[in-house]
Formats: sequence, C-alpha cells, structure tokens
Amino acid sequence: MSQPNIRKSPAPFSIPKLSYRVWRVWRRNFDVFTKTIKVNFLPSLFEPIIYLVAFGFGLGGFIPNMFDQPYIYFLAPALVAIAVMNGSFFECTFASFVRMYFQKTFDAIVATPISVEEVVAGELLWGATRSTINATIVLGVISIFGLVSSPLFLLVPLIAFVGGLMFASIAMCFTAVAPNIDFFNYPAFLFITPMIFLAGTFFPLTSLPSVAQIGAMVILPLTHIVNVTRGVIGGNVEPIFGLDPALIVGLSVVWLGVVTVFFFVLAINLMKKRLTT
Amino acid sequence: MVSREVLIEAKGLTKKYDGFIAVDNIDFKVFKGECVGFLGPNGAGKTTTVRMIYCFLPPTKGELKVAGLSVRSQCREIKAKIGVAPQEDNLDPDFTVFKNLTVYSRYFDIPKAEATKRANAQLKFFQLEEKRDVPIMALSTGMKRRLIFARALLNEPQILLLDEPTTGLDPQARHLVWDEVRHLKKQQVTIILTTHYMDEAQILCDRILIVDKGKIIEEGSPLELIKKHVGEEVLEFDYDEKTLSPLKESFPNSNIERLGDRVQVFADQPHGAFENFLKEHKLQNVMIRNANLEDVFLKLTGRGLRAE
Repeated sequence: MSQPNIRKSPAPFSIPKLSYRVWRVWRRNFDVFTKTIKVNFLPSLFEPIIYLVAFGFGLGGFIPNMFDQPYIYFLAPALVAIAVMNGSFFECTFASFVRMYFQKTFDAIVATPISVEEVVAGELLWGATRSTINATIVLGVISIFGLVSSPLFLLVPLIAFVGGLMFASIAMCFTAVAPNIDFFNYPAFLFITPMIFLAGTFFPLTSLPSVAQIGAMVILPLTHIVNVTRGVIGGNVEPIFGLDPALIVGLSVVWLGVVTVFFFVLAINLMKKRLTT
Repeated sequence: MVSREVLIEAKGLTKKYDGFIAVDNIDFKVFKGECVGFLGPNGAGKTTTVRMIYCFLPPTKGELKVAGLSVRSQCREIKAKIGVAPQEDNLDPDFTVFKNLTVYSRYFDIPKAEATKRANAQLKFFQLEEKRDVPIMALSTGMKRRLIFARALLNEPQILLLDEPTTGLDPQARHLVWDEVRHLKKQQVTIILTTHYMDEAQILCDRILIVDKGKIIEEGSPLELIKKHVGEEVLEFDYDEKTLSPLKESFPNSNIERLGDRVQVFADQPHGAFENFLKEHKLQNVMIRNANLEDVFLKLTGRGLRAE
C-alpha cells in the first residue's frame, strides 16, 4: 500500500553508506593533480622554507633555547602541522566549491552509480591526501636542514592523513553552507590565519594565561596536530598544564580521532542536504 | 494489442521546493523502446521530472519506478541503466575531451580497455575525433552538446534522458543528434526527451506529454494531438476586416485567431476546403500549411511569456 512517504531531510549525524566508489572520486582529483603537478608542487615547497628562514634562522637567532632546544627545533614540526591544515582546508573549501558550484562536476558524477555521499567522501579523502603530500614535502625540507631527530617521524604521513581528513571535513561543512565563494574569506581569515599563529606554533602556549591555554586545547584543532608532530619529529612537546608530554600527545591523538569522525559524518550529511534538496 | 513492458511509471509524483510546487501529482508511463517527449513552457516541471527519474532529486511525494526499481531505495541500480545528457554543461573542464569520456566510464566501473574503445567509437560517431586531446574550454557550444550526448551513451544505457539536447546547435549538429536518436530507437533504447523545438518533438517522439505548471495537460502521439486540437490545415493571411464575416460563414466551427497583423484559421473541414474559399475571396499573402505541434502547444499553453 502506498505510504504517505513525505521526505525528511537527512539527520545531521546519520551514518553515510559508502562503497569502494569513493576512490573513483578520489582518483578523478588525483588525475587532475598529477596533470598540474608543477603549479601544485612548487608553492607548497616555498612557503615552509620562507617561514623557516624568516622565523627559524632570522628571528630565532634572538631567541634563547626553548624547552632545552634551539628555537628552530621548536618551530620546524609546527610547520609540518600548518601544511596539514592548509592542504586540506583550502582543497575542500575553494577547490571543492569550484567543482561543486561552477564546474558542476558533482552533478555529473551523481548521474552515475556513485552516490552524493560517496562524492563528498571522495573529496574529503582527497583533501586528506593533499595534506599528506604537503606535510611530507615540508618534512623533507626540515630534514634537509637537519631538524628531524626521532625515527618516529615515519608516522608523519599517517598523522597528516588523519589531521588532513579532520580539516577537510571542517572545511566541507563551510562549503555545505557557503552561499558564494567569497564566503570562505570568513573561515580563512577568522579561523585558519589566527590558528597559524596562536596554536602553539611560533611561540609556546605555556607563555599564555591558563585560560588561553585551555581555549587553545579545546577549540583549536591545529594545537593537537602541533602536539603530535612535535612528539614524533623530536621537538619537545610543551608541558601544557604541567602534564607529561607523552600524555599530552595521547590526549591530542584521542581529540583528533573523535573530532575527525564527528566532522566527517556531519560534512557528508550537510553536503547531502545541500545537493539533494 | 501486444502488452508492452512498462519501463518508467509515475503515480502521484510530486516535487515541492520551499512551498513552490514544481511537479504536481502527475501520473505517467513510459514503455520500452518508446521515445517520449516532455514539452512545456519554461518552469513547467520538465527538468524536475527528468531529474527525479535519475535520482538527482528525491520526490516529495508519490511513487516513481524505473525499470521496476524504486527511486527511493535503488538509485545505484537505476543509474547504472540510465544515460543522462543534462541541459547545462557539466563536462569536466580539468580534462581533455577524451579523458572526459574515460574518467566518466570509470564512474560506471567500465574497465580501461573497454572504456578507451567506447570513447573512441563515440568520438568518431559525433565527429569529435579531431578534438580528442583538446581541453573542454576550446570546444564550441555545439561540440560540447555533442560530447555530453556521447558521454551519456558510454554505459550503453537502456534508458536515455535528453534534456534539451539540441539547444544552441546549428542545423548540421541538430541533424546529427536526430540521427543518433533514431539509431538508438532502432536498438530499443527508451528515450525521454525535453525540448522547446516542436519540429524536433514531432519528428522524434512516438508520444508527447505536454506539461504546464507542474501538471500533464495533454498526451498522445504528435499526429493525434494535432488532429484533435488544431485540425489538419491552417490558413494564414494578412488581417483584413472585410474577409472575416465570409470566413466565419464558410467555416462556422473553425477556430479563427488574430496574431498582430496576421490571421490564422484552423480548419475543421477536409483538405481542399480552403482552396475552394480562396477561389471566391481575395486575401493578402495567403499561405495554407499543415497544422503542426507548435499550433497545439500554443493553443494549450497560451501565448503569454513565462518566467524561467
């Protein structure tokens, strides 16, 4: 019998149904990336070098040792973390918006057996991949300068992928509600830029009042990526609230895991709502 | 009559957007191997209906089955059987012409060697071989439309949805598209076509659904509709007041319409009646022509302009 099937908009946290087809979407973006590798590769190589020279060697010369290391050792892992953030955030805001809104690439793909959820998940995994690529490049740069001192640095690509997936998902939530492309100036200038400087990157969080330390740990996702990259690359982790560094890294890993899952599911549902109603 | 296989069936199909009803409780059937035309003014609900068929938009209410599958729960299976040529250009500008086709094949899980074969065959048919390695940006509007059509055929669909396939095409390209539609009809591909060109609908479609304001207001074969609503012949001439009363006397049940400085008379009488009238009355710039689908369309949906 016919039911009164009135369609409800998807709940913000319903679990998306995904299949191997997300990799078809990922592969599309990968193919475009390899075609334009020259313009993609060089800029991400220059930015960390400039930060390293200006802040690490330039300004750093006037800074005393920090947590028993020269300042540049404190800075270098944070540059890897910033690369993680920028890589997927800009991929899943500006670039995804262009594909969705101007190129109508998503519309074309959802006419095939690939679902809206899979398109969005593919975009998020691609964003995470961009973060991994960028972070690995920066890791290469800082290792050339001899700033990597722990074999655990081999975990950086994995950390970059998870952290990248988190920022991709947060970015995609903005994309799901963006009325136009200029809208991204808000998160870019009010969320990303402040974090580049305030998430325990260029100066220690412990030099801030404890309220600000708590704020940074609770609200700023970059803080946690910085903690983890410092832990594995060999820079000393800040003893925030006087906690043991290993505990801080552990807390940050848990924080990243939970927040990534939260925003991954939310991003897919918000995008589904935008694209199918 | 042989009972035909129903491939698409809508019952009480409705789509609402924020209080606006785009498709209003419609019922229709499409049979296997048929070419059905959806005609209607802008905003009538044609594209919305097409989009619900390929699961792009979920219906607000009602039932829609495609190849026996429900658009609410079996989208993946439905989309595997359908080829879609949308109205707007959604070719992938990040790739060349050829790569557009092979990447699209990948979305359908078509293996690489087969995808290459199909892409080359489509480029050949649609006369795009020379453009194989150019970026999409370098194509003319007509070439883009042809490539969109080619792309819709990659998965060898049972059902083809063509949303205004010839808008913006030159006559040569239009005929190429028509040839392909006829060719596909011979292969028993079921085709749904929306168009603003009545000649196109009349030539290609077995059956026409005229939609207006979200409702299907009439349906039938092109010839049936023409006979039913406007008769067989139309007499046109420059407006002259003196001729009107003898005209009304000779054709008492005809529909006589004045359009600016022209008069159109839709006959209710057999062929030859107009010729006899013309022997006795002198009219300016006379033309007797066959009635066509455009006459039907304008009669049923009116002459007023529609907002998009």
